[in-house]
Amino acid sequence: MAAVETCGTGAGGTGFMAAATSKNNVTGFQRKGPRAGGTDSSGSRLVSIAGTRPSVRNGQLLVSTGLPALDQLLGGGLAVGTVLLIEEDKYNIYSPLLFKYFLAEGIISRHTLLVASAKEDPADILQELPAPFLDDNCKKEFDEDTCNHKTPEPNIEMKIAWRYQLLPKMEAGPVSSSRFGHYYDVSKRIPQELLEASKWHGFFLPEKLSLSLKVEHCSLTHGYLKLLNFIQSIIYEEGFDGSNPQKKQKNILRIGIQNLGSPLWGDDICCTENCNNSHSLTKFLYVLRGLLRTSLSACVITVPSHLIQNKAVIARVTNLSDTVVGLESFIGSEKETNPLYKDYHVLPWKPLKTEQLI
Amino acid sequence: MFPELNNLLNTTPDRAEQGKLTLLCDAKTDGSFLVHHFLSFYLRANCKVCFVALIQSFSHYNIVGQKLGVSLTTARERGQLVLLEGLKSSVDVFFRAQEEPHPLQFLREANAETLQPLYEFVQEALKPVDSEEAVWRYPVLLVDDLSVLLSLGVGAVAVLDFVHYCRATVCWKLKGSMVALVHDTGDAEDEENDILLNGLSHQSHLILRAEGLVTGFCRDVHGQLTILWRRPLQPTAQREQSLTYQYKIQDKNVSFFARGMSPAVL
Repeated sequence: MAAVETCGTGAGGTGFMAAATSKNNVTGFQRKGPRAGGTDSSGSRLVSIAGTRPSVRNGQLLVSTGLPALDQLLGGGLAVGTVLLIEEDKYNIYSPLLFKYFLAEGIISRHTLLVASAKEDPADILQELPAPFLDDNCKKEFDEDTCNHKTPEPNIEMKIAWRYQLLPKMEAGPVSSSRFGHYYDVSKRIPQELLEASKWHGFFLPEKLSLSLKVEHCSLTHGYLKLLNFIQSIIYEEGFDGSNPQKKQKNILRIGIQNLGSPLWGDDICCTENCNNSHSLTKFLYVLRGLLRTSLSACVITVPSHLIQNKAVIARVTNLSDTVVGLESFIGSEKETNPLYKDYHVLPWKPLKTEQLI
Repeated sequence: MFPELNNLLNTTPDRAEQGKLTLLCDAKTDGSFLVHHFLSFYLRANCKVCFVALIQSFSHYNIVGQKLGVSLTTARERGQLVLLEGLKSSVDVFFRAQEEPHPLQFLREANAETLQPLYEFVQEALKPVDSEEAVWRYPVLLVDDLSVLLSLGVGAVAVLDFVHYCRATVCWKLKGSMVALVHDTGDAEDEENDILLNGLSHQSHLILRAEGLVTGFCRDVHGQLTILWRRPLQPTAQREQSLTYQYKIQDKNVSFFARGMSPAVL
């Protein structure tokens, strides 16, 4: 019954991973009405946010990962409030690509981005995003809008369909693309205008590490602690958790964290089997999950799990994420010469774990 | 609650047994449908339920509960359900300093030695209130799940101690029941989890173990459920009995059938 909830109630609910052929989905059709919330006393109205769509299975709000094929694998898209864990391929060639698709999709859909990395400056990551394939309609609007950006709209009165005069005018941004999922051209860079029009926050670990160590939370690695505080402050200040109700337009926060768990974050789970702070990453993931569930955000994390020595930690990290996709690259393996795979470069594993809702 | 599972377990909400520890275990699959079953089962049985929900948000359980015919919001308002929402509370505990000890206090500590604040929360939630004239039948503690406590820095022994204290209070003193979910990590060499799982297996009266199929993902059969009755409460009852079924999860129900007898195969 409760179709999609706004961030006030927390984006709970999870998708159902099963056959694409539907079973008896009596509840598959969800009516989106003014009382869609059900649990929220303020009677939250369903607001449609650009770049999202409700899942056909259970009405959960989905965002695109940037790869329509991956969206299909995930059952429509990435659910808002959940974490997608990407287990990196061995030479780290394809997981940054998925990461960039996710961020590029956020820019096209005009979501807010939060990019965290210990290796590269987020500004550099954003420069290297792929350019979208815009079809002719979008391109025309894009060109027109850059020209007419500042001219005021002429006040034309409607004579026949005068009722429509009362409706609010549609706001067209630089790329008014209300499609869900786009295709990207990896050989081109994303246009600078799009980058400048977008809103993003970067977390580059070497810049944020300060010498003053507050010894309060000695359980988390310092880098993780800083990142959690950063994410929490962005969510709170920009109102993604519903704390600023007067904000007129709801938006999604896309969080991308690269190479989480690598030694660059100060964690030693990739270095030794019996690590000292083996709970650091799992605690981080748990608190992050708590932050995501109570805000309008979606997160993609890449983890070099092939480097993690302790299998138990991998199992725990997997259990704490909502969806896990592993990547296995063919480079250097015997599969490269296998004629069956000659058109493919990467084998994505079937999602190791997806959420299930009865 | 799933009527077919009730038939397999030979219980109904009216005749539910008291003083039992039920262990839910899942290996290579998601066993949370069992948690939803027991939550709705005990709410229907008019018991007072304390639900330590560490894995998902309240709205998740509420949505599924509505599909199964119980409203968690109503139960919470009536006082029948006391829910500790782990995810939301963890954000509070972590980012804001708390004055009095919080049930999830161990999140702020490097090596959590004890789960005593959590046990005190459970004790407080389920203690009989004199003003009510025994509206609820008996208290039930439901934990989803215990393995995540290991991921959060709590030792296996501390978790076993917590379970022991809760059993003593809930099952023995208050004559209630307890249900807990633990993941079985199989070959992941998670020693702490193995200690926890083995320890709990020995203490439980009923073990429900959901496993994925050995051959991998199948559209019509989602997994296999093994039901093991241990420690029969009456001394004259038969010894341990074990049954295995396969199941398929549907939108509002789970159907069970004997192995190899899936309707898709026949």
